[in-house]
Amino acid sequence: MQLTNRSKQVSNKEMTFMERAYLPAIATGLAITIKHFFAKKVTIEYPEVKRYLGPVFRGRHILKRDEDGRERCTACGLCAVACPAEAIQIVAAEREKGEEKLYREEKYAAVYEVNMLRCIFCGLCEEACPKQAVYLRHDEFVPVFAERDQVIWGKDLLVEDMNNRYTREAWTKEEARTLDLKRASGEVTNVVPRAIP
Amino acid sequence: MDLTEFLIKTATIFVVFVLTLVIAMYSTWGERKVAGFIQDRMGPNRAGPGGLLQPLADAGKMFFKEDFIPALANKWLFIAGPSLAMLTALLASAVIPFGSTFRINGHEVALQGVESNIGILYVFGVVALGVYGIMVGGWASNNKFSLLGAIRAASQNISYEVAMGLSLIAILMMSSSLSLGEIVAQQHGGNWNIFYQPLGFIIFITCSFAECNRVPFDLPECETELVGGYHTEYGSMKLGFYLFAEYINMFISSAIISVLYFGGYNYPGMDWVYTQLTQALGTETGHNVATLIGTAVFFGKALFFIFFYMWVRWTIPRFRYDQLMNLGWKKLIPLAIFNIIITGAAVLFLKPMITAWLN
Repeated sequence: MQLTNRSKQVSNKEMTFMERAYLPAIATGLAITIKHFFAKKVTIEYPEVKRYLGPVFRGRHILKRDEDGRERCTACGLCAVACPAEAIQIVAAEREKGEEKLYREEKYAAVYEVNMLRCIFCGLCEEACPKQAVYLRHDEFVPVFAERDQVIWGKDLLVEDMNNRYTREAWTKEEARTLDLKRASGEVTNVVPRAIP
Repeated sequence: MDLTEFLIKTATIFVVFVLTLVIAMYSTWGERKVAGFIQDRMGPNRAGPGGLLQPLADAGKMFFKEDFIPALANKWLFIAGPSLAMLTALLASAVIPFGSTFRINGHEVALQGVESNIGILYVFGVVALGVYGIMVGGWASNNKFSLLGAIRAASQNISYEVAMGLSLIAILMMSSSLSLGEIVAQQHGGNWNIFYQPLGFIIFITCSFAECNRVPFDLPECETELVGGYHTEYGSMKLGFYLFAEYINMFISSAIISVLYFGGYNYPGMDWVYTQLTQALGTETGHNVATLIGTAVFFGKALFFIFFYMWVRWTIPRFRYDQLMNLGWKKLIPLAIFNIIITGAAVLFLKPMITAWLN
């Protein structure tokens, strides 16, 4: 039964003189390889050029602030409970008078630590959070670390920087590409542009 | 021979030696780049700009690996193998004419290590010795795979040397000289031998592929059948010498091809360039600049053939052993003999006819 019309019947017929002379076949082969020699290479040179990983990529964690710059997290501990790798440690504290500018809720996380060796980047903390406080960034990795004291990330590394806020405006690959291009050309300036492959 | 002449010769030989080594070194880089490009990859590009320091990194790696000699190997011959391979590979570059002459204060310095009147015979002799490096190394390893590789290398080189020599005879019949300098000088301008000897060229280049143990004739180091062939037991710089000798051989044979068939340092319109340069810069400087251009042309041709070696390597699969022998003995040798007869007939009858007709 023939499934495709690309299949070629094998035959044991005598080779013709041209086939036995090798050289025409070799010339054809050389033509093919030289075409590849000059072809555009598909390689993305990774550390210099980074490829777009999609809007739902789960990268490094971020603790969001609200529009007034107050931390959203209320230290309910649902993320720590949801975490299958038990990577999240939270110490809660009560908001004092005069701290309303810093924390949105009356209870806040005095300590919020993620163990980056334990974290499996499943995103369940993101789903569990009732306050939209914790997210896994789609545009940044956890950088490579080699020291023990770099493993556990505290609030200094996790809480959002108000001057460089994390937003996820693009939800399809095409939207993300156009957004990247806009950032590269300077039309949109809220986030530092990434290299575009 | 007075002292200046001796010093000039020493300097020339030193320059030729260094040039051969540098070109062989960068051939390894070139090979990997060409391989990458042909396979739609980038090739080495991390060590230095464009990966240009890669040969140094490789050499450093080779030096720092353990210099191991198997317990049952013949220690002397085990070391002699790669040394011989390297020695014979380097010897051949002495007679290659890289350009015409330099004029320094009235001295005529030929850009050639040794102007020998049996140059091509010398090259053949030295290249034929090259098989000893592989043979000795393969035997001394005391390993069946190595021995098989060495035997293959020996039989392959001997078979293809016959056809190579026969294809060369046609060239010698035309030039009636064995001196490489003389053969190049006869191809002045665009009067290259390739136009008279296309068949001889194809035979010669096929045989030189076989002599260099390059794909499609790399059966001596055939990985799929013989692990690593003759250098299975080698490591460290001894392996490095074997691989390096292969690249030197490649450069030598590319240079020989360009000398014998593509006119060496000759290029069309060289006389016009020469007169322009000597008029503009004076006889001495003009002559030297013209020589430099010729040398650049020579290296362009040689490097193209090195590229061709690599190009073929990443195109054609390896021959089977019986196919190799059939091609060598049943096709190339009869073709080479046929080529000799044709050339002889042409030299005897056609050439007088054409000269008579032209006069």
